[in-house]
Amino acid sequence: MDSIHGYLTLGAILFAIGTIGVLTRRNAIIIFMCVELMLNAVNLTFIAFSKLHGNLDGQIFVFFVMTVAAAEAAVGLALMIAFFKNRESIDVEDMNLMKW
Amino acid sequence: METLFFLIVAAIAVISSLLVITNKNPINSALSLIMTFFCLATLYVLLEAPFMAAIQVIVYAGAIMVLIVFVIMLLNIRSESGGRTTHARFMGIATGLLLLVLTVSLLARSSLSTAGGNINSALIAKVGHTELIGKSLFTDFLLPFEITSILLLAAIVGAVVLSKKKL
Repeated sequence: MDSIHGYLTLGAILFAIGTIGVLTRRNAIIIFMCVELMLNAVNLTFIAFSKLHGNLDGQIFVFFVMTVAAAEAAVGLALMIAFFKNRESIDVEDMNLMKW
Repeated sequence: METLFFLIVAAIAVISSLLVITNKNPINSALSLIMTFFCLATLYVLLEAPFMAAIQVIVYAGAIMVLIVFVIMLLNIRSESGGRTTHARFMGIATGLLLLVLTVSLLARSSLSTAGGNINSALIAKVGHTELIGKSLFTDFLLPFEITSILLLAAIVGAVVLSKKKL
């Protein structure tokens, strides 16, 4: 494809699907996977713009996004395991300890 | 030919990401998400970023998804009994669709102009994508790179502290 419009549209569609998943699902791990999907949609947009501008900065940003996603996966899954030990569930509607 | 290939891969990516949010069983969602990541890696190759495709497969489809599947199996989560209340489900889908309409309409009325950079396919074929990324990472982006190492250290310590029984 000459233009990168297709890639940008695909990124927008994947981001919207990820948003719907975050807002409608109750399982914390599936919500986490939807966040990863949104991060990947943004990565696709970054790389498409990097190709358009003939510049590698966008791809370096993707590199950092992947690093942060790996760190987030480690901490987030540890949090879920700790929560599951307490409550025997990872349903987000059970996460109400700090609710006033 | 390339357009047809892009359309096929994009269709697979959209279908498998829809499966991620519709499957009841978390393991099926995780496998669909791996499929989406592989489709995105294919698109990165089409965009002349082979190094990004490689680390997409290794880091995302390999490391992160293995961690997620491992936790799903460790916790032995049953399938969700039902979605959220219909109110929340309706509002979630409406918000997502509005976001999609907003971004697509902005894209449709935008014009993309190229800011002439010097990285083109000839240079990537001559020097190599990995070498270009490495040079950029260790010269222009050296400080963010070092800060990332501190972030990873904090994540390691955090994960250990959170999963310990008693401090």
